[in-house]
Amino acid sequence: MKHQFDVIIVGAGLAGLRAAIELGEDTSVAVLSKVFATRSHSGAAQGGIGAALGNEEEDNWEWHMFDTVKGSDYLGDQDAIEILARDAPRTIYELEHLGVPFNRTPEGKIAQRAFGGHTRNFGEALVKRACFAADRTGRVILDTLWEKCLQGGIRFFDEFQLMSLIVSEGQCHGVIVYELASGKLHTLHSKAVLLATGGYGKVYKTTSNAFASTGDGLAIAFRAGAPLEDMEFVQFHPTGIYKLGILISEAARGEGGVLRNNEGKRFMELYAPVIKDLAPRDMVSRCILEEVRAGRGIDGKDYVHLDLTHLGEEVLNTKLAEITGFARTYSGVEPITEPIPVQPTCHYMMGGIAADADGKVITDSEGTPFPGLYAAGECACVSVHGANRLGCNSLLDTLVFGRRAGKEMRRYIHTVGFSPLPANPEKEAAAKIATLMESNGNETGGPIREELQEVMMDKVSVFRNRSGLTEALEKVRELKGRYQKIAIQDKGNCFNRDLLDAIELDYMLDLAEVITLGALAREESRGAHSREDFPDRDDQKWLVHTMFRYSKEEGPQVFFKPVTITRFQPKERKY
Amino acid sequence: MKCTFIVYRFDPAVGKEPRYQEYMVEAEPTDKILDCLNKIRWEQDPTLSYRYSCAHGICGSDALMINGRIELACQKLVRDFKTANNFVIEPLPLFKVIKDLVVDMNPFFEKHRTVRPYLISDEDPPEKEWLQDPENQKFFEPALACILCGSCTAACPINRSNDKYLGPAALLRGFRYVADSRDTATGSRLAQLDNEDGAWGCKSMWWCTDVCPKSIPLTKSIAQIKRLIKEEEKRKTAGS
Repeated sequence: MKHQFDVIIVGAGLAGLRAAIELGEDTSVAVLSKVFATRSHSGAAQGGIGAALGNEEEDNWEWHMFDTVKGSDYLGDQDAIEILARDAPRTIYELEHLGVPFNRTPEGKIAQRAFGGHTRNFGEALVKRACFAADRTGRVILDTLWEKCLQGGIRFFDEFQLMSLIVSEGQCHGVIVYELASGKLHTLHSKAVLLATGGYGKVYKTTSNAFASTGDGLAIAFRAGAPLEDMEFVQFHPTGIYKLGILISEAARGEGGVLRNNEGKRFMELYAPVIKDLAPRDMVSRCILEEVRAGRGIDGKDYVHLDLTHLGEEVLNTKLAEITGFARTYSGVEPITEPIPVQPTCHYMMGGIAADADGKVITDSEGTPFPGLYAAGECACVSVHGANRLGCNSLLDTLVFGRRAGKEMRRYIHTVGFSPLPANPEKEAAAKIATLMESNGNETGGPIREELQEVMMDKVSVFRNRSGLTEALEKVRELKGRYQKIAIQDKGNCFNRDLLDAIELDYMLDLAEVITLGALAREESRGAHSREDFPDRDDQKWLVHTMFRYSKEEGPQVFFKPVTITRFQPKERKY
Repeated sequence: MKCTFIVYRFDPAVGKEPRYQEYMVEAEPTDKILDCLNKIRWEQDPTLSYRYSCAHGICGSDALMINGRIELACQKLVRDFKTANNFVIEPLPLFKVIKDLVVDMNPFFEKHRTVRPYLISDEDPPEKEWLQDPENQKFFEPALACILCGSCTAACPINRSNDKYLGPAALLRGFRYVADSRDTATGSRLAQLDNEDGAWGCKSMWWCTDVCPKSIPLTKSIAQIKRLIKEEEKRKTAGS
């Protein structure tokens, strides 16, 4: 079936919905998502969204910008970070005017709380910058934006899987999608396509991410010629529930929670004397694993305790209600009286499809655009997070850059007409499905996915070294070989999860390879990328973005892009 | 330990009648029911269909009937059940089954749409935020925990006899906007809910509140709408 829209948005999380709202009622726009829109993973964001409103204490955007630059270990592009920090207060007021139910101060303003790495006066002390709605901030923003889209009559294609981009002569004019309910392919012809497909934490065994976070948009854009940027930077959030990886928000520490080792000692005091437990995530995750390595994990195991017992029942049951529930349900722990067992969990991907601050996908180190193709949110790398994202900056990123991408696409679609579709645009996607469905190979997806997630967790997570990364690369490539022989056992056309799992696995294998290649290439330690064999940051050689370009014959090809530095020169990163 | 899972199966391409299929699953007491379904699908029977995504009770995809009670498959662990490791898994009641455990949620979302689930204000927004009494925010805060999983509506006995009844989830969203001090359409919202297909359809049977996986006081919230309708009437009578 064929459809035509000015703009196609792939992904119904915050970036996609914000862009849809910006395009508004006067543009024909369709949002498609492989899960129903409100199931998008933005809804799992808990703790807050950062903006220097100064509602609780003095704050200004330049401090926010500095914290983000320092948090990124100086790899973030400062022109983009300036846009992010300056636009943050307007973004929050806009959300509030749309109806987002933020918590309030006694005088009725938007309440704010402390979050990791957010400080006053360039690192002097913590500042309350996170705006929040209890610990379901992402969820209420997602609901509000989705409902705004309903009001505006935005067309949704829910439960449609992206199969490929329609690209001819270096220009994108639509997508091919697979309808889960019918097994049919659809051609969506457009002038512009925005990829807002989120992260790919499912590449790792322990993750806070949803099953749907498999990076489809990135892998498809990559194969269509869009480079991937800074893929080696993978954020491990320090406080995932032990063994499960379910997130316990940084807001727990923002409200005063502390981490303790097996001696009951608040160990972050040693590693980050000024901001302690609210040091950035990359540091806290490393510190937890250092404690474990030194034999100070709880019961000699690889976890520590998050102690919230001194916060009181009122704070836990109101401001931290969701995570208190998670601890009760999944660890069987009562957080009012007992500490929660936690360990680092794969949480966020700093890397992504190389894009500029207007959402335009770029194809080289000079910023040459890929006409008709846009990216925003976690699947994009603008880059505002550099080597490590600060808490509260991801929701902000989706909204600031989702809006900007919407504005830019609205400008762009008036400058171009609909290009004619290539002959038989569904051919490639149909062939891919047929190959999988008709294969009589002897592999199934399950074991390949498990082995992939395990090797990435073991060798390409918080601490890395050359021999481990080399092993991981060999393993990923072996798995890619085995993938060629997988067979689909479900031959049906209706909600065929077997087929969808196989399609997603293909994307995950590609992304795992690029993450590992990036980690091998970058011979330094910066932000979330920590090489045991190269423990120091090396600004002489590595203050650059790593870029990979797809090549069918030779595998991913590396090149580099300079980092934009405006206000803040790189300095040693201490907290 | 070994668990028996008896799972509802239906494939419109294969046959008109649903059937039940039995699987043996090796599970830990701490495994979620969703983990067990995944084990069935990944290790035994890839043809089983069900929805899921976040796997920790926030996306709202996997509300199912587990041992005769509506639950989120990702929020219930094997150890939570005292049924000798026997499990019966069925789709949400009330909704039309598309395949196996996947149901058609469209009618549910259509009703959601009719309550105008967005802020309506005839005032121009200020330069910064609208001020809001924290007590007002707290008043409707419990309604914000809704994840649109459909459990309440599937459980509601009124919904089973009156398919025009908005149902607890849509009424909850209605309450959320009626109660929000920033919204100025309170009068027309209350008027819309002032009938048997709206708030008065609720006979306070509490099934919705009982099954809500987020422990939202749904019946109380609907009762708040009724109270506000009465107050609005009194106010109008006093004014005329």
